Amino acid sequence: MSTAILSLEEVGKAFGGLQVIDGVSFEVRRGSRTALIGPNGAGKTTVFNLISGVYPVDRGRIVLDGTDITTVPSRQRVRHGLARSFQNIRLMAHLSALENVLLGAHARLPLLARARAPAAVRDAEAALHDAGLALYTGQRVSNLPYGVQKRIEVVRALLARPRLLLLDEPAAGLNPAETDELRQLLERVSGAGVTLLVVEHDMNFVHRLCEQVVVLNFGRRIFEGPPQAVMRDRQVRAAYLGSAADPQDAERAR
Amino acid sequence: MSGYLSGVLAQLLINVIVAYSVFLPAAAGLLNLGAAGFVLAGGYSAGALTLKLGWPLWTAIPAGGLAAALLAFLVSFAVLRTQGVYMVLATFAIAELVGGVLINIDALGGASGLSVTAYAGLPVVFAVTAATVVLVAWLLSTRLGLAMRAIHDDDRVATLFGVHLRAVQIAAFTLGGALGGIGGGLLVHHFNFMDVQSTGVIFSIYVLLYVLMGGTQTAWGPVAGAAFFTLVPELLRQGAAIGPAWKFLETGRFIVFGAAVVLVMVLRPEGLVTRGMFERFAALRARNPGPP
Repeated sequence: MSTAILSLEEVGKAFGGLQVIDGVSFEVRRGSRTALIGPNGAGKTTVFNLISGVYPVDRGRIVLDGTDITTVPSRQRVRHGLARSFQNIRLMAHLSALENVLLGAHARLPLLARARAPAAVRDAEAALHDAGLALYTGQRVSNLPYGVQKRIEVVRALLARPRLLLLDEPAAGLNPAETDELRQLLERVSGAGVTLLVVEHDMNFVHRLCEQVVVLNFGRRIFEGPPQAVMRDRQVRAAYLGSAADPQDAERAR
Repeated sequence: MSGYLSGVLAQLLINVIVAYSVFLPAAAGLLNLGAAGFVLAGGYSAGALTLKLGWPLWTAIPAGGLAAALLAFLVSFAVLRTQGVYMVLATFAIAELVGGVLINIDALGGASGLSVTAYAGLPVVFAVTAATVVLVAWLLSTRLGLAMRAIHDDDRVATLFGVHLRAVQIAAFTLGGALGGIGGGLLVHHFNFMDVQSTGVIFSIYVLLYVLMGGTQTAWGPVAGAAFFTLVPELLRQGAAIGPAWKFLETGRFIVFGAAVVLVMVLRPEGLVTRGMFERFAALRARNPGPP
């Protein structure tokens, strides 16, 4: 079995005349926790959208767990073991926390099965409980605090039983306590064998959670390596701080 | 039961079924202003089957539902290529097209309308309505129902969790068409008459209002909406019976009813029946479980 659960090979995407992703290649090791970082506009969310099939790729290949999913419709990618959360919360506003999480299990149930089948509800409630969200199970998500909604999104993705979980800025807008709870949850998820690919601006969070970092800038991969090395890299410093950046400034920024 | 009361009750029950024909697509985020088209297709099909071919009601009315479902299925591919106001216009146009075709078929009464002899009494109408309510409530409790409500809120995210957007929307539209057809079959056989003029755009607008005012969040919304629109005008009609001072309710019932509609829209913008109501009720019961 290959050590890579996800491979992007020379992937490219343009919107009109703007080349947003320009020949990006990288691999995500099975069972790893990898961060995808870069300045605003680097193309991180676009890469997530290409992996999850929201946008079709213009060129290149995406291989998930040995299967070329480049042209697989987005609705079928969940069956290949892929689930994701979103940069801006995209929960179903009219549904309860439990129903949102049950949607994660949608692809695994027969079409006319009860949405609240006892086994599915048990799984969903256990996942909410594990994420410290048991209190909110029956509440409509639009009435819940931002940090709670963020975590419900993660739990919903987990109910899809993914092998690869894409998390788009999961810690954005969370307070330090919530961020720490989220990190612990993700460590437990990772411990259960789920590979994590995380877009995140909070470098402290990245340092504590991830063991591998891929850096994008202007739609190109400029660095791949451990978190300890990332801010020492000249290209990364230039991307974040400008080309004349002093290494000590970079360290302080970190 | 007086003939008047029986007629109002039958109309209410049929309106509930027809409301569900719009509710199901609406639950999946599709606005249908063409309820009249499916009611006409089902009503005329069922009426023709009993009148011309002597079919019994219990086969003719489901056959009318099937005819309307087939129509809905076929047009859904074109309708689902549109969105928002264009979808509203497309469904409206389809209803006009159906009406235009039927009004020109002399064998089915043409502009004079279709008169039938077979009669569907109140018990039949009640039984079919009850079955429809149970069916819709069950459907919403399934994975398909959850998918429909997820599409309503965010179709792209629903797709990423494995929901087949197009298939679910076609299913919702087709099932809605079937219910409209069954409602039409009951309508023509309870009142022994159906015509295109009185089942036109105003009819479709009213059905859409049943759903939007009743609420699209639960299966009980269309029941509340249909009840409001069927019963309130009839109650206002009885204004003079309360006393001479209340006669204005009868004479000015359109004004009073219009004001009542505006009031409901202001006070209950998400509809008369919302999920929040059930949640609050459940919370209240949890706090006061009652005697053991």
